[in-house]
Amino acid sequence: MTTYLLRNASILGGETTDLLLADGVVAAVGPDLAAGPGADGATVVDATGLLALPGLVDLHTHLREPGREDAETVDTGTRAAAMGGFTAVHAMANTEPVADTAGVVEQVWRLGREAGHCDVFPVGAVTVGLAGERLAELGAMADSAARVRVFSDDGRCVSDAVLMRRALEYVKAFDGVVAQHAQEPRLTEGAQMNEGELSGRLGLTGWPAVAEEAIIARDCLLAAHVGSRLHVCHVSTAGSVQIVREAKARAAREGGWEVTAEVCPHHLLLTDELAATYDPIYKVNPPLRTAADVEALRAGLADGTIDVVATDHAPHPHEDKDCEWAAAAFGMLGLETALSIVQETMVDTGLLDWAGVAERMSAAPARIGRLAEHGQPLTVGAPANVVLYDPAVRRVVDPATSASLSRNTPYRGMELPGRVVATFLRGTPTVLDGALV
Amino acid sequence: MKRHLLSAADLTRDDAELVLRTAAELRSLADRPIKKLPALRGRTVVNLFFEDSTRTRISFEAAAKRLSADVINFAAKGSSVSKGESLKDTALTLEAMGADAVVVRHGASGAPHRLAHSGWVRSSVVNAGDGTHEHPTQALLDAFTLTRHLGAADGGGLDGRRVAIVGDVLHSRVARSNALLLQTLGAEVTLVAPPTLMPVGVGSWPVETSYDLDAVLPKADAVMMLRVQRERMSGGFFPTPREYSRRYGLDGRRMATLQDHAIVMHPGPMVRGMEITADVADSPRSVIVEQVTNGVAVRMAVLYLLLSGADLSADAPLLPTESAPA
Repeated sequence: MTTYLLRNASILGGETTDLLLADGVVAAVGPDLAAGPGADGATVVDATGLLALPGLVDLHTHLREPGREDAETVDTGTRAAAMGGFTAVHAMANTEPVADTAGVVEQVWRLGREAGHCDVFPVGAVTVGLAGERLAELGAMADSAARVRVFSDDGRCVSDAVLMRRALEYVKAFDGVVAQHAQEPRLTEGAQMNEGELSGRLGLTGWPAVAEEAIIARDCLLAAHVGSRLHVCHVSTAGSVQIVREAKARAAREGGWEVTAEVCPHHLLLTDELAATYDPIYKVNPPLRTAADVEALRAGLADGTIDVVATDHAPHPHEDKDCEWAAAAFGMLGLETALSIVQETMVDTGLLDWAGVAERMSAAPARIGRLAEHGQPLTVGAPANVVLYDPAVRRVVDPATSASLSRNTPYRGMELPGRVVATFLRGTPTVLDGALV
Repeated sequence: MKRHLLSAADLTRDDAELVLRTAAELRSLADRPIKKLPALRGRTVVNLFFEDSTRTRISFEAAAKRLSADVINFAAKGSSVSKGESLKDTALTLEAMGADAVVVRHGASGAPHRLAHSGWVRSSVVNAGDGTHEHPTQALLDAFTLTRHLGAADGGGLDGRRVAIVGDVLHSRVARSNALLLQTLGAEVTLVAPPTLMPVGVGSWPVETSYDLDAVLPKADAVMMLRVQRERMSGGFFPTPREYSRRYGLDGRRMATLQDHAIVMHPGPMVRGMEITADVADSPRSVIVEQVTNGVAVRMAVLYLLLSGADLSADAPLLPTESAPA
């Protein structure tokens, strides 16, 4: 196994140092390691001017395989993940067939291992076929080779209160977490975009903030009642941030239950004004919200109310976006641009430092997913999951260069800061010099 | 004028008045024995209708034919669209056939906008009604009708005139386009609906709103009744059709509270007995049939102005004099 010596990197934006990656772990950290033990014969990577961050962990990725290999495969999706600096992704369950059995989650897990670009941790469906009627075999998925800990019907809300209660209770047996797609279904029938002044003007059916907030409030109360772990997917409104903030304060007082939350990069940057183009490249669920929501989400991420940035990377084939708004699919690509968007919205604005970014994009998602080998600080003995990132360059997003099979990025033509230069998975590079290995 | 007519918001006051002036000239054609002009000879207009709409399609068809354009009618039912062909492929097909203008009616809000801006077609796009978004030519024909009855003697706009638009504003593309256009022309618009049928954010529209029809009628110069679609009646937006009629329907008693000069309008098709009673629809105040006649003239004006590329000024008459051969 090749040994890598990363020269003059700045860990989390601190003093420059060298890192020696050997045998899958961080073997040494310190100045001038070239002369030190173990560095003989090491491949040197000049990391001058680059940040070293722990490999990123995505709690929310759609890899589309099995079933929609025309949109993405485990192989192409994890290539995109590696290019974005990720060393682990959680693959959502809404595949065809649905990942609601041990067989399907093991298949996805194996495909991830074979591809080798990053670790793939399948998310198990909460209910059979995502139908919201009866629990899937959560225990079998937890005990499988895929070792599932995160369960979600993402794309659909577990709206039945009793079913949600049972799911929260049941996953306690194996320290699982229920990741809820908070969307009250009756309030969002036919919903196309954020409900507000603009939806009324554009004649597009509104997706009101209350449909998200009502479910989050209910689920927090349920999690407290049964003493379990709730994770809230893609929080998108100012009201949701406030509800999670209050719930966390209560959980901290009481103990015995926990709520965590994630925000997507696009909700940190883009607003519903983009729907006025009627270009469904901006159609996503939950929808892009207002500038005031964006501000509240950034503040919530900064103060820790929101634990995690998760991409909700949602590839779709060209024809599913090259049509009228109502006929188009929900979702946008996210893996390759996530770190740049977080830099743009959180770091360059002074809301978060790089240690905070590592917490939100690596440590916290790994903790929620109960991943032992990811999200650890870059200290001696830690798994050598490292991303080298150049925050000083700017680049224009070109969908044609994406490693994903799909091209549905809303950032097309946009200039963003930063670039992933290298990604190491257990000491092996998956990306070097900004290109896939 | 812009190359497309997608929204009433695309029209400046000058644009709108140009269309209305042109329509006034063209309307006089209807009184001539030969109702045809050579203005668009050799041009092709495609009526692309993804939703049933006999009256709007016929109106556009008559308008295009009276300008001597070739007309292709493409109705989604019984066509390749029902076999799953996309809007894009349909558009590309029509483009390949050499359409100069595409008149599109679609159930999805923004579909004409997509046609015009996605690079699929080069032709002019006219929105003939998209989802619950807009129906700009309906607003133009309504404005034309209002101007004929209420407009200033100098043929100008509708400054200070009060227009009440009553009914299912939430789902109405007619209401949206009229709210924009009538305000552009100087009228004061009041939207009247039960709160459940008022759009979210209507407070930021350039209109007044009211839940009380009886309070609005005595001040109105015109009242425009909107159809309540059958599928909304059981949608929980109001308790029963009877209650809706009692609170928001226009009957003889309510009509009697209107000012003497006030007119009653309806974009059709009407649900008699629901939002409007038969005696009101057939009364002398009703200009509903005239709206249809005006619709052809207004659509002729729109097609002419979009396709001829002419910057029609007031002193360049479009019509030949009465004695000249038409």
